[in-house]
Amino acid sequence: MKYVDEYRDGETAGHLLSAIKATVTRPWTIMEICGGQTHAIVKFGLDELLPETVTLVHGPGCPVCVTAAEIIDEAVDLAGRPGVIFCSFGDMLRVPGTGVDLLSVKAAGGDVRIVYSPLDAVALARRHPDREVVFFAVGFETTAPANAMAAYQAKRQGLTNFSLLVSQVLVPPAIEAILSSASNRVQGFLAAGHVCTVMGYTEYEPIARRYHVPIVVTGFEPVDILQGLHMCVRQLEEGRAEVENQYSRVVTREGNEPAQRIMGDVFEIVDRNWRGIGVIPNSGLGLNAEYSAFDAERRFTLSPPRAAGEASPCIAGLVLQGVKRPHECPAFGSACTPEHPLGAPMVSSEGACAAYYQHRRRH
Amino acid sequence: MTDRDPFNLTCPVPIGQYATVLLAHGGGGRLMQQLIEQVFAPAFSNPALDARHDAAIVLAGPVRLAMTTDSYVVKPLFFPGGDIGSLAVNGTVNDLAMAGARPLALSAGFILEEGLPIDALTRIVESMREAAAQVGVHVVAGDTKVVDRGKGDGVFINTAGIGIVEHQLTIGPAAVRPGDAILLSGDIGRHGIAIMASREGLQFETTIESDCAPLVAPVLDLIAAGIDVHCLRDLTRGGLASALNEIASSRGCSIAIDERAVTVREDVQGACELLGFDPLYVANEGRFVAFVPREQAARAVDALRRHAVSSGAIVIGEVGEDPSKLVTMKTRIGASRVVDMLSGEQLPRIC
Repeated sequence: MKYVDEYRDGETAGHLLSAIKATVTRPWTIMEICGGQTHAIVKFGLDELLPETVTLVHGPGCPVCVTAAEIIDEAVDLAGRPGVIFCSFGDMLRVPGTGVDLLSVKAAGGDVRIVYSPLDAVALARRHPDREVVFFAVGFETTAPANAMAAYQAKRQGLTNFSLLVSQVLVPPAIEAILSSASNRVQGFLAAGHVCTVMGYTEYEPIARRYHVPIVVTGFEPVDILQGLHMCVRQLEEGRAEVENQYSRVVTREGNEPAQRIMGDVFEIVDRNWRGIGVIPNSGLGLNAEYSAFDAERRFTLSPPRAAGEASPCIAGLVLQGVKRPHECPAFGSACTPEHPLGAPMVSSEGACAAYYQHRRRH
Repeated sequence: MTDRDPFNLTCPVPIGQYATVLLAHGGGGRLMQQLIEQVFAPAFSNPALDARHDAAIVLAGPVRLAMTTDSYVVKPLFFPGGDIGSLAVNGTVNDLAMAGARPLALSAGFILEEGLPIDALTRIVESMREAAAQVGVHVVAGDTKVVDRGKGDGVFINTAGIGIVEHQLTIGPAAVRPGDAILLSGDIGRHGIAIMASREGLQFETTIESDCAPLVAPVLDLIAAGIDVHCLRDLTRGGLASALNEIASSRGCSIAIDERAVTVREDVQGACELLGFDPLYVANEGRFVAFVPREQAARAVDALRRHAVSSGAIVIGEVGEDPSKLVTMKTRIGASRVVDMLSGEQLPRIC
């Protein structure tokens, strides 16, 4: 398939691996931000082929993993109410909050629907004026423009039965939080290509300068990732700390300006609680005053978040910050599996722990 | 973020311990296995069932009969490349074929929802007749029930099948040997994507048709060609990955396949990329894997390629010595990874 096969080509990958081996003279730790990249790395076995001196750690870029438990509890509360049609992307359905997950709500009779676009949820609201339609707006900068468009369209169409339960998160504040943590060991980043498709990469330039860390905007196929890694280790070896763009076939420095505009029109920057990490200031998006009528958290009286559960051996927080890798967790593969997850990264297929479990169990 | 490491996360509810049945229990993955292990197997355990094959072998004097049953609840009822009727016949006939049996007779039970157009039912039944005629079986027993509107999805069909085993081979996971070659009969993932696309109204450049087809002829030819077939399994829910995992798990062997040998049509691959699906786990209704002695693999491939439904047959891997029960795959870029069984169904990803 064009634009896919050539980026999964074994021979090209081999050349890039040789180039990386020829470049590296000492140990480096590099974090890929995005769960899609983590998944590709583990699925194609890239980290097994890298020289031992290059350590990959996996970042917090899995929206399913970092969505706070209390927001999922709110989703569960809403989805179970009579008269509500609760719409979500598919992979949020299996993530439990402090109690149950949305799949269980559906089994108990809640009207939970998987949609492929937030605009499908807007159309549902139009078709069912007697029902309250709530869309679970989660994700990074990649989903934000389309989710903003849903609010915009709902407002334009004068819908009064549509709202969004928003838990949008932003990548740059998370990178800064990781870099300013005392336990940080990350020396270079592969930034998420899809996020930068929307946002461009100007906001990464001050981070690269301030923390003296190379950041390479990288795609999602094996050849993309190997090329991104090569660019990153070359910078590290040469002592440079710049923002470079491996994914130039898609990403421009300025990004998708109309998409940024609609985000700016609908959302405002807010503090956000990341599951496993904690509150990161200015790290999320919420609906602004003009769109507050479409904010499910204001529209409904939601039950207060439950107290956190008992202590567990799970080190998800450390995994999401790149301090530890999944198999370094004492519970990995024994107490914690996709059927019995102790932490969110084991729940989502893009979570680092689930990716390791699925493709790496033999180690 | 703070530096008060380590963080203690809230512990999500264990997903394997749902108190109610979820749709995911029907996904052909690990949750369904749990249902079988914890609910059905303890109640019904017997040697024929415990063989865990697509069809059970029962003895009638000196005659070995194969028996199987399956229920069909597909939505929409009509989809590109087939309908619930052809599916209900081919699916059950294929389960018999996986025991190396020649299908003799089928039964058909219909659960009809009040309000189903008679015209739709007629089309479905006609499609069943055609599918049965294609493999030379008759529907010899039937049953009809009607439920209130809203209590069924138009029509649910159950079919059961009986076949006769006319060879001396023991076909099933227990017969799998280290060194066996694993053959795949064609490209994968078409049925699942065809259903998904028509159910959700997803439009692709081409119409992806289900691969729904009977597999009796190539299987019986394989046996007639003198191949010592060790195991057969058709790839349905859960796809190639689940079928291989089931066999590795019941035999207690390891399996290694080569990604480059597994064919996925470009339109199917495109749809999978879009939805975040792995074609290894997408459903098929006209594909199977065959485990045969390595030295007979080339002859087996030739035999399969003589039939249109298995013209894409190819060796995709082999059975390993170690009893790890793991399925591994050599990736296109030369590394190796585990191909695990999914928990439930694949869910479309956020981004």
